[in-house]
Amino acid sequence: MLELKSVSAGYGSFQALFGVSIEVRRGEAVAVIGPNGAGKTTLMRVISGLLETTSGEIAMEGRSLLDIAPHEIVATGIGHVPENRRLFPRMTVEENLKMGAFAPAARGKYKERLAFVYDLFPAMMERRNQMAGTMSGGEQQMCAIGRALMTGPSLLLMDEPSAGLAPVIVQQVFDLVRRIRDDGYTVLIVEQNVRQVLKLVDRAYLLEAGTVKSGGTAEELLGSESLRKAYVGI
Amino acid sequence: MAFDIYLLEAIINGLLLGGVLALLALGLNLIFGVIDVIWISYAELVMLGMYAVYWLHAYYGVPLVLAGFIAILGVAALGFLVHYLVISPILSSPPINQLLATGGLLFFLQAFAMLLFGNEFRNIGLRLPIIVIADMYISFARLLAFGAALLGMVALYLFLSRTFIGTAIRAVSQDREIMAIMGVDTKKVYLITSAIGGGLAGLAACLLVLQYDVHPDVGLSFGPITFMICVLGGLGRLLGGFIAAFVMSQFITIGGLYLDLEWGYVLAFVFFIGMMFWRPQGILGTRS
Ligand SMILES: Nc1ncnc2c1ncn2[C@@H]1O[C@H](COP(=O)(O)OP(=O)(O)OP(=O)(O)O)[C@@H](O)[C@H]1O
Ligand SMILES: [Mg+2]
Repeated sequence: MLELKSVSAGYGSFQALFGVSIEVRRGEAVAVIGPNGAGKTTLMRVISGLLETTSGEIAMEGRSLLDIAPHEIVATGIGHVPENRRLFPRMTVEENLKMGAFAPAARGKYKERLAFVYDLFPAMMERRNQMAGTMSGGEQQMCAIGRALMTGPSLLLMDEPSAGLAPVIVQQVFDLVRRIRDDGYTVLIVEQNVRQVLKLVDRAYLLEAGTVKSGGTAEELLGSESLRKAYVGI
Repeated sequence: MAFDIYLLEAIINGLLLGGVLALLALGLNLIFGVIDVIWISYAELVMLGMYAVYWLHAYYGVPLVLAGFIAILGVAALGFLVHYLVISPILSSPPINQLLATGGLLFFLQAFAMLLFGNEFRNIGLRLPIIVIADMYISFARLLAFGAALLGMVALYLFLSRTFIGTAIRAVSQDREIMAIMGVDTKKVYLITSAIGGGLAGLAACLLVLQYDVHPDVGLSFGPITFMICVLGGLGRLLGGFIAAFVMSQFITIGGLYLDLEWGYVLAFVFFIGMMFWRPQGILGTRS
């Protein structure tokens, strides 16, 4: 479904990704793990068009994403839940969700998808007129996921959805991600909670210093001695 | 002194003046909030709009309301062009360069108007009545300007809160970097915002030309106060600017009542400077 071939990217003269190749197949849940500053967020940003690729190839359903405008990538079915949620703090929950349906194709399905998101997150329904910036971290995360779902994605990119949340809430977020993938969404997720996320996904890539260090099924990675020592802490 | 009719008159006049100032501040604030560039030359767009109404109405005999609509559309187009030709090429330049560019545009537009229209003060020659209510003198032109400014602001409010593109305009002002993943083309939003900002300047021009003479330098008499109102309210914060416009206009008219009009402005400026020490981020602004 999504294929990256030796993708490089960076910020100005600083290079953050060095020839990264990964693949996500339809219906899969795939994790990207790695230490701080490895380039995980950069990778997500490059896929959704927030950052330009300097070399390499990215294709969604066989169609290159490099020759379409960044704001048109969402229409290919890529929904992005960005790092730190990035809600519009002085807009209501419903207005935030509305922005997810901005693209012409999504606009026609606005009401229908809004009902779907409220069904998935009854708490968002209750808070629909609250300013997004005044909600708790967990609620904001729900809103950010809801906003990405409003785009009608087939592939959902999630960048550390559990970051900065209390342990109980982290568990809820993971349950949520599981529900979303069971609903048929393909998921590419970045997580620091390596042990938890490996229980959730089919495969994972280990990213270090802008390159893919290893990759394999969740079991393989869990079985790898070095990975366990370095990231899982068990 | 139990009840001072002059004070009440000054307060009402301040309210009426505040409406037009709020409209001006709204346009400048909207553009700053969304595009993050201060249009130093905003008041010069208003000046050109005033000339448009003047020439269309007083010279070519176009009915005033129609002349007004044409001026609004014309200045909206001008706002679009200012962004397209001047701002967008320097969007990623340092702020100082942007300031110099829009400042340069100010002098260019002034000189352009001077060349084209000359140094005379021009007046559309419309004589609107003065309304007397309970011994208070209220200018009908001001009342009309206030009403129209209010209508314009309500229309903008509805646009920004009800439509997809209006919501996107507000969203851009809160987090421009991630708009692409919402499917929003920020370049397009900038152009639309600039045209709306221009349209608001055009509307303000229509309302000001009812009350004041047009002159190439007329922008200087309300450009600085508009800018101060925006800063006082918190740059880019629409509601803050709206409130600040009414605060400043009260200083001007009440100060003008007890001293004289110039002193009213002096008081307003002193208040502004005081506020900048106390709350540099403005009434509704957040520290950055
Ligand atoms: N906007 C930016 N400008 C310059 N350098 C940046 C920028 N964003 C990230 N970087 C650098 O790029 C590298 C990769 O950053 P990235 O955010 O992708 O890491 P990450 O794996 O997501 O880390 P974390 O786990 O802390 O979120 C880091 O060295 C970082 O300092
Ligand atoms: Mg990151």
